[in-house]
Amino acid sequence: MSGTGHALALQGLTKRYGSFTAVADVSLRVERGEFLTLLGPSGSGKTTILMCIAGFVAPTAGAILLDGKDITPLPPERRDFGMVFQGYALFPHMTVAENVAFPLRVRKLSAADREAKVRAALDLVQLQGFAERLPRQLSGGQQQRVALARALVFDPALLLLDEPLSALDKKLRAELQEELKALHRRVGRTFVNVTHDQEEALSLSDRVAILNHGKLIQEGAPAHLYEQPRTRFVADFLGKSNFLQGEVRESVPGGFVIGAGATRIVQAVAENHRPAHGSRVLLSLRPEKITLMSEQDEADNIVEGRIAAWSYLGAGFGLNVETSDFGLLRVALPTWRTPIAPRDGLAVRLGWSAAASVPVMEDAA
Amino acid sequence: MRRQDAGWWLLILPAFLLMTAFYVAPIAQVLAISFTEPSPGLGNYERLFTSESVQRVILTTLRICVITTSLALLLGYILAYKIALASEVTRRWWILTVLVPLWISVLVRAFAWVTLLRRQGLVNNALMEAGVISEPLQLVWNEFGIIVGMVHYMVPYAVLPLLASMREIDPRLLAAARGLGASRLTIFGRVFLPLSMPGLIAAGVLVFIFSLGFYITPAILGGGKTLMVAEWIGLQILDLIRWGLGTMMATVLVVAILATLAIFSRVVDLRRVFGSGA
Repeated sequence: MSGTGHALALQGLTKRYGSFTAVADVSLRVERGEFLTLLGPSGSGKTTILMCIAGFVAPTAGAILLDGKDITPLPPERRDFGMVFQGYALFPHMTVAENVAFPLRVRKLSAADREAKVRAALDLVQLQGFAERLPRQLSGGQQQRVALARALVFDPALLLLDEPLSALDKKLRAELQEELKALHRRVGRTFVNVTHDQEEALSLSDRVAILNHGKLIQEGAPAHLYEQPRTRFVADFLGKSNFLQGEVRESVPGGFVIGAGATRIVQAVAENHRPAHGSRVLLSLRPEKITLMSEQDEADNIVEGRIAAWSYLGAGFGLNVETSDFGLLRVALPTWRTPIAPRDGLAVRLGWSAAASVPVMEDAA
Repeated sequence: MRRQDAGWWLLILPAFLLMTAFYVAPIAQVLAISFTEPSPGLGNYERLFTSESVQRVILTTLRICVITTSLALLLGYILAYKIALASEVTRRWWILTVLVPLWISVLVRAFAWVTLLRRQGLVNNALMEAGVISEPLQLVWNEFGIIVGMVHYMVPYAVLPLLASMREIDPRLLAAARGLGASRLTIFGRVFLPLSMPGLIAAGVLVFIFSLGFYITPAILGGGKTLMVAEWIGLQILDLIRWGLGTMMATVLVVAILATLAIFSRVVDLRRVFGSGA
């Protein structure tokens, strides 16, 4: 069960149901052996895209290519893709071994080959000794692993995962995330995952494609998406973000200055991306990139405010700081480096560097 | 605690008395008569092994019931499959269509079949005019007619438990099977059919037991030439006044039904057969 996966390409994929557009002109490449996650809120079209790839939904327009070959007209049973369904869809009347052997039986493998492959697949997901159990005798996590073994046992060209971890509780989910990631490394196949859980997307994937209202908003490596969100939606959906709105007042070396009320904010920018003087810009500032400043401390940007609400989160504090020009700013501070005891109404100085924030676009309506 | 228990018992007492007086007592009497008329002893039951006519009635009944059950299950399965996979609106219309015959008197339906199947009936006339046959076929007043009438009556009873069972099947399982490479035939054979098996067994038991005691349909469509158990019992008691023989057969019928239920209660949840639970 090793070897390289296959490359998948979506070209202008569109799916309309009557006047409703579920997927709008999505083009995307998934490289060999890559773990790609389609991330979006419910109704963003991510599941429809997965169902188009699997062959259960016929696209209204566009094409799906596997290693350059058009597979759009192929029915799901002829695509040779492994799929882990939401809720796993294990056959309740078959044992674990029979479930895993199902795709092999369908492909008319001999009994001996079947047995060897089933054993290897169960080893892969660490379910040795569970072969004769029925699905209902297994825990949620074990069922999930059976579904994985069943989807991988026939060496599929592609593994499709439809919210594979959504049915599990939080702790188990984190555990299986690790396992899924390790499994991907071991089998070296191309995985396409669908989820609405941004943490899962960030931790599992080589690349994430963010969707909203059927459109592909941005794609890239998790760190790139988190650090360089292109739009307000991406910044907001992937993690938490403050948004600072202002007007471009002047240019400085390596950046520009925006003003909002009496406050000046310095923003670093690449030379070829300078916004026009006087234009309105929106900056995304992650809560963890803001630090608490003492009276003497210096920073590119300093804003004063009062704590409107705060919460203790164990590893950190979450503060909501009321400011005069930007409204409420969310601040995340590591507990062990917070020099103050937060309380409501306390005056604080917030500081961040010019490179901490990033200009983003307002979402198109 | 005791007092409360007694209170509950008092509540069901009227129903209990009613059942005893009008249900258990007559059956006990039937049992008693079968051992005492015309003379005390096992004489009536001896006929099961010695009388050719008694054996013929039982065999005819079993044959008709097995054929009826098989055909009703086959037609019922196809219908239920269609209905289970249909859209919500279509499904409601289909169910209504299946249920409508249940509200029409069995007598009316039996006579309707006689009109259709008799020598100058619609079916024979149509076939003759089309030149398929030159002589009218004997479609009624024989086993064929009985089976047609009985299957028609039983199909809804087969559809309902089958449908209940099929609708419990998660459609994602069928999609999963497809995604794993199975053809439609394989999906049906390896996933859908096994998962609908409880419904199939339940429907089979229900239809078979129902068929065993069928009276009106065989009496009208059999035309007195093909006798099933219920009609034979009526004949013994009402026309020949052989109470002992009639009640013996009635007892055999009750025992056969109870035995069938006992066997299948081990295989399938009987509450499903009678529509509760599940």
